[in-house]
Amino acid sequence: MIEIRFHGRGGQGAVTSAKILADAFFRENKHVQSFPAFGVERRGAPVMAFTRIDENPIFIRCNVYEPDIVVVLDPTLVGETDVVGGLKSGGKVLLNSPNQRVEIPAFKPFAVATVNATELAVRHGLGSRSNPIVNTAILGAFARATGLVGLDSILESIREGVPKGAEKNVAAARDAYEQTLLFGDTMPHRVPE
Amino acid sequence: MKKVIMGNHAVSHAVMLAGAEVIAAYPITPQTQIVEELSNMCAEGRLKAKFIKVESEHSAMACCIGASAAGSRAFTATSSQGLALMHELLHWAAGARTPVVLAEVNRALAPGWNIWADQSDALAQRDTGWLQFYCTSNQEILDSILIAFRVAEMVSLPAMVVYDAFYLSHTYEAVDIPDRQLVDRFLPPYKPEVKLDVEKPKAFGSLTTPEYYMEMRHKIEEATERVHELLPQVYAEFHNIFGRRYDVLEGYRCDDADLLLVTSGTVSSTARIVIDKLREAGKRVGRLNIRLFRPFPARPLREALRGYKKVAVLDRNISFGQGGIFAQELRAALCNEKEKPQVFGFIAGLGGRDITPAAIEEVIATADKLDEPAREIEWIGLKA
Repeated sequence: MIEIRFHGRGGQGAVTSAKILADAFFRENKHVQSFPAFGVERRGAPVMAFTRIDENPIFIRCNVYEPDIVVVLDPTLVGETDVVGGLKSGGKVLLNSPNQRVEIPAFKPFAVATVNATELAVRHGLGSRSNPIVNTAILGAFARATGLVGLDSILESIREGVPKGAEKNVAAARDAYEQTLLFGDTMPHRVPE
Repeated sequence: MKKVIMGNHAVSHAVMLAGAEVIAAYPITPQTQIVEELSNMCAEGRLKAKFIKVESEHSAMACCIGASAAGSRAFTATSSQGLALMHELLHWAAGARTPVVLAEVNRALAPGWNIWADQSDALAQRDTGWLQFYCTSNQEILDSILIAFRVAEMVSLPAMVVYDAFYLSHTYEAVDIPDRQLVDRFLPPYKPEVKLDVEKPKAFGSLTTPEYYMEMRHKIEEATERVHELLPQVYAEFHNIFGRRYDVLEGYRCDDADLLLVTSGTVSSTARIVIDKLREAGKRVGRLNIRLFRPFPARPLREALRGYKKVAVLDRNISFGQGGIFAQELRAALCNEKEKPQVFGFIAGLGGRDITPAAIEEVIATADKLDEPAREIEWIGLKA
């Protein structure tokens, strides 16, 4: 089983992100489960959401304590929240960050990938400049950074799971896929065909 | 068609497929997305039901009773404080023999204010005359709503489909949403023998003197007891049409077990993992899930528990002064058995405290090391 934890702020769409990711894996015949951290939603407050993926039916029904992968939608959460708390050794972190290189001591033991999802969201007109919605762009980066799910599945799930402006979200996710920086790389990749 | 949906929307789909004709609901907390989606379905014309937005859960149930008495298939949904506010009319719905179906998301009662999983709200309504079904997955929620309408209408009694807040209500997973044609085969239109009809006027709910009241109650009890006969047949029909098998009790790796863990709701699902792990380590343990709480499946339980030495009941609920409610009812069902297991009662997970595999292991280990219960209630995960 693979367990993924999303960190975001209320209103950024972390819960939707976790759900769309589950849907994408479902399209690839995986068993999936996705749920929000069981709290009270407030705009701007730190929120978490989870996705579980398995080859077999998923029976566990409790919170995720030791994720394999952590996805951080808002870079300002780093330091404020222990975003890598419980992350398994050898775990992966995907961080939305304006900086290509991140030097965060807590991230040292983990494989870190970054993408400037905020800039892509603004460029594609997702949300507003002051409150860009990065939850779909980050999923394109997830496909690239983990190799666990195909970009096409992500894009199909975005088309179905985003209430309006699906194509702008698809474009942002596609760009994010191409611009994800893997684990200390300094130059963006082109996707290997 | 299989889709990844949340538990609350599994209810909405089932209610649409069942062709509910009247939906009455209070739309604010502790309400959930169940009725939000149903109101969308009505607004878009996908569901041709009258959606009545009311000022309280008490009124929601009153609407449903009226609609059902007039011959409509009626539905509402609520949780915790909302269900508590309905209490008076829950009795009325059963007494009036209106087969209303209610989706009840288990949430803790206040104070302290808490919207998280806890079965005490539904179990507090156990004496109202409603049938109660408990669910372990989103698929089971959808299926149970269809089954609830069918059985409720067969015996003219209301039915509650009960499931844990968040662990199912807000959790997305794949659910097979059946074709309407299949649902139509399973669930015929609601045609009550007696209904409010201006063409054939009748009086309803009149004064009932001691001459008749007791017989009315006896008939309710008879109808409730009939569920024990009917439900296995309905489950078999459901299996024939949809290919999914349910039973009142569901055992998992119970053969040759020294200890049986008895659970309900999502804990039953998590417990499977613990049973697998302990079995691999050579421990002989099994799990029994209770799906039907009202009527209480006393006879099937007595049969299922025959020959076992120890039973550990894990309750996510409490009846103050008596303990876990499933444990209490299970003990009562066994009391006249000549040979009966030691019953250990555990309480965990109140107000949404997570019940992890480790917590379930602790339950099993505690019962395993004792010959008989050290006390009436063992609390798991309680802070010092």
